[in-house]
Amino acid sequence: MDLGTGVLAVVVVVGVPAITVLYALATEWVLRFLPERGRPRLRPWLWLLPAFAFLGIFLVYPTVYTVVLSLMDRRSEEFVGYENYVDLFGQQLFWQTIANSVMWLVFYTTITVAFGLIVAVLTDRVRYETGVKALIFIPMAISFVAAGVIWNFMYDFNPEVGTVNAAVGALGGEPQAWLFEWPRNTFMLIIVGIWMWVGFAMVILSAGLKGISTELLEAARMDGANEFQVFFRIIVPLLAPTIAVVGTTIVIVALKTFDIVWVMTGGQFDTDVIGTLFYEERFTNRDAGAASAVAVILLLTIIPVMLFNIRRFRAQEETR
Amino acid sequence: MPRNRFLAGIAVLSLLAAACQPSASQSPAAPGGPSEGAEPLGGSISILATWTDAEQESFLAMIQPWVDANGVEVEYEGNRDLSTILTTRVEGGDPPDVAGLPNPGAMAEFARNGDLIDLGDVIDVDAMLADYNEGYIADGTVDGTLVGIFIKIAVKGLIWYNPQAFADAGYEVPTDWDGFTDLVEQIRSDGATPWGVGLESGADSGWPGTDWIEDFVLRQSGPDIYDQWWQGELAWSSPEIRAAFEAFGAWAADADYVAGGPNNVLSVFFGNGGDCLFADPAGCYLHHQASFMSGFFETNFPDVAVAGDTYDFFGMPGESYTGVTQSGDLFGMFRDTPQARSLMQYLVTADAQQIWVERGGAISGNGAVALDAYPDDTSRRIADILTSAEVVRFDAGDKMPAQMGRAFFGAILDYIQNPANLDQVLSDLDAVQAEAYGN
Amino acid sequence: MSVVAASATRAEVAGRPRRWYSRLPLHLVLVVVSLIWLVPTVALLVSSFRPPTDVNATGWWTVFQLPFNFTLDNYAAVLTRNNLGQSFLNSLFIAIPATVIPVMVAAFAAYAFAWMNFPGRNALFVLVVALLVVPLQSALIPVLQITTAAGLTGTFPAVWLAHTGFGLPFAIFLLRNFFGALPREMFESAYLDGASPTTAFFRLVLPLSIPAIASLVIFQFMWVWNDLLVALILVGGFPRVAPLTVTIANMVGTLGQNWHLLTAAAFVSMVLPLIVFFSLQRYFVRGMLSGSVKG
Repeated sequence: MDLGTGVLAVVVVVGVPAITVLYALATEWVLRFLPERGRPRLRPWLWLLPAFAFLGIFLVYPTVYTVVLSLMDRRSEEFVGYENYVDLFGQQLFWQTIANSVMWLVFYTTITVAFGLIVAVLTDRVRYETGVKALIFIPMAISFVAAGVIWNFMYDFNPEVGTVNAAVGALGGEPQAWLFEWPRNTFMLIIVGIWMWVGFAMVILSAGLKGISTELLEAARMDGANEFQVFFRIIVPLLAPTIAVVGTTIVIVALKTFDIVWVMTGGQFDTDVIGTLFYEERFTNRDAGAASAVAVILLLTIIPVMLFNIRRFRAQEETR
Repeated sequence: MPRNRFLAGIAVLSLLAAACQPSASQSPAAPGGPSEGAEPLGGSISILATWTDAEQESFLAMIQPWVDANGVEVEYEGNRDLSTILTTRVEGGDPPDVAGLPNPGAMAEFARNGDLIDLGDVIDVDAMLADYNEGYIADGTVDGTLVGIFIKIAVKGLIWYNPQAFADAGYEVPTDWDGFTDLVEQIRSDGATPWGVGLESGADSGWPGTDWIEDFVLRQSGPDIYDQWWQGELAWSSPEIRAAFEAFGAWAADADYVAGGPNNVLSVFFGNGGDCLFADPAGCYLHHQASFMSGFFETNFPDVAVAGDTYDFFGMPGESYTGVTQSGDLFGMFRDTPQARSLMQYLVTADAQQIWVERGGAISGNGAVALDAYPDDTSRRIADILTSAEVVRFDAGDKMPAQMGRAFFGAILDYIQNPANLDQVLSDLDAVQAEAYGN
Repeated sequence: MSVVAASATRAEVAGRPRRWYSRLPLHLVLVVVSLIWLVPTVALLVSSFRPPTDVNATGWWTVFQLPFNFTLDNYAAVLTRNNLGQSFLNSLFIAIPATVIPVMVAAFAAYAFAWMNFPGRNALFVLVVALLVVPLQSALIPVLQITTAAGLTGTFPAVWLAHTGFGLPFAIFLLRNFFGALPREMFESAYLDGASPTTAFFRLVLPLSIPAIASLVIFQFMWVWNDLLVALILVGGFPRVAPLTVTIANMVGTLGQNWHLLTAAAFVSMVLPLIVFFSLQRYFVRGMLSGSVKG
């Protein structure tokens, strides 16, 4: 092992974690120089400082930059006001994209969260929990390109090769071109998304589930509650904050969908979503203005989700 | 936490990695190279291009004599998603010194943004004209400024066939347009399938169909109409372009003429589009694709595909006009460094071009590269088609603005999926044309 | 009550009053779901052991009949690839800090959001979560401008910092939710005993949130491990620094040749994320919270 690699390995494995721990310890040391009353006021900001620094540089600045570009022409040379937005709203492709993104939002989000919850709750009750969870988790660990290769074969038109069409044929049906006809193709892409992301919902919800005390569940069962009552009256309400976290995250993943569509259809056959539209405008058409307008619209779509979250935090604070 | 075990693991892995690293590249005595004086350039150069795997090796072999003569350290990066990476790097203020350009349309964008360096005072254009057809200079020029040079060329619109299958069925290679269409009809009336077509190519699906349309436009309506078309001066709904689509659809969208029917055409990867030539009995007898298709045949059928024996090609005959379509890999300069200047000067020389030609898979635009340099008869004949053609045109879809080119891909897919919808497909293209040009 | 005791009680209670057939639907559902989920993965796995001509000609399910035609060529081609060892190492050098930094930084922030009082707390938190929606592709160009100006482009720290920035909104969101669910009395008794907030953080908050932190580590590690774009833009695809994803992507030829190597490569590159997943699974244990509160 050469010296550079060795030094890097030490930095990576020891140095970086040590620095983060030292930072936390240093906060109390810094606060000691303050009068007693001032400490609780400054303390939260010291704990928030590293996160805000990262967020400011890597997300807030790019967002401001994007908003500015959305008001300029394709080469970001002249200010054009809201022209990019007007152009966008006038395109049929844009509304097609919105329709697809809404489909993703509705079907992908609900099915992924519901499935994740069901699997987390069910696996929690069997001895082979880790095995099932691993099987459901594996798709998340497969790279997009490899997932694209295999799903293209799953949906292949030729029933000799395409798994789905072979199954359809075995049941006496005609082979279908799954990816060429809208809206069926968007559903087919959503299935790929669900396959990949249920593992995510499952793992997080499962972690939340472990925080619910067993005594509570058993007490309910002893009182004669059946399993459905236990699920809907106890597990779901207690897990609600975690479900909200997973749900919010999946909503955003749905809105940001890019890789699955890009790898599988390249946005052709009317499968474009907001993510691929941005990419085409930015990197194929090289229109920074139009692309940034698409990104800004994406940012605006999550306002309702955030309002929901604010209400939820208020409620949570009152109860604790 | 098992941190110790983890550390030990890292150490083992590092040793493994060190053992796996290639030994310092051996450099044989360099032949030629452009070194004018005794002073080697030194320094380094960063290169970004689309070539990966075998093509990457060929490119590195091509520049090796220059590297040896000048002692420059090369940082080469190959990526198939060139357009995204290059755009991001350039706009992010971190461009490579020299880079492959995704296509002439993208080259024009970079040039108009002021990202590309004028090669007019880097390369001696007059000297270059001695070896290159004027067309290559023109295709690398944007608004009167030379910004791109060709590393290699691919000849498009070749018709591939299996000589053994032809012999078994008693078919002859056609020499003119009527003979060509007669052959297609003959195959069909014999109860066989004439064509194998595959349009799938990931995010760029549809492009093989654009080559068909271009070949039809050039042969049916001639080079002038062809030029007006890609320049945006001729509407897509014009009779000339419509005729080309209809000629393509008559074969590729008709289950009697194409293997597996239209749905198969849409879902088969283009690299497997000609696989049916090798089936027994033949799944198809003809396949339309560029010169690089031979590479796919040989990888897909390692023992079966033999040039001249089980696969061969003929040039697509002229209809009302004759002509050849081609595409090529362009290179441009994003940073004005002595190393970049020197490399660009080197890349256009016959010495440099010959290296890739000899390794196979490339046709050179440099007329000084002798036909003898081509490694086999097939590639020699392909090069000959190019040099002997009176009318040569660059891939129209690649020369259009990127937005137009992409809409063209999509139109091919829409049309094959639903041929009755041609009016709609063409008027949609007209709408994009109205917007995409003039930016 | 200890962890062991808790799970033992669960097994007993769950097992005793019910007959085996009452749990049959449960097992059936899990087996069916697992099998459905497994189909594409098995298709990929089977294809990784087949020659590409076979994969194109016949379905993966036909391999289970004679004559078998399996090959290790795809794996051999992937594993003997130039630079594979170096890029595996590069991936580790990228993924470890790019997991540790965001998890720690997010834990600090989540702790402040959950258990400290300051003006604008909820509004700021929602803003942080809202940043989840910023698309990576739109952030890359401005981020590259910053790292280039700072002279970091082309170095590993550039990717660490960028992944930290991109990963923080989700990490803070998740951890704040779990930290917030800890009982208030626990903090009150700790402070009464004279513990500082820092002590409470390291002694109470982190140990009690291990399932949440474990799941965060699993995903952050996997996302970074599978990332192609951020690494490609910020450190580049040169052999010296290229991570595994870049090396694997470049096995595919310029025109898409050798796509079949991606099947084998998928399993090669999946090994480490799965090891992380399995080794952290044992922290998904019920009763940690109730156990500690009751001492």
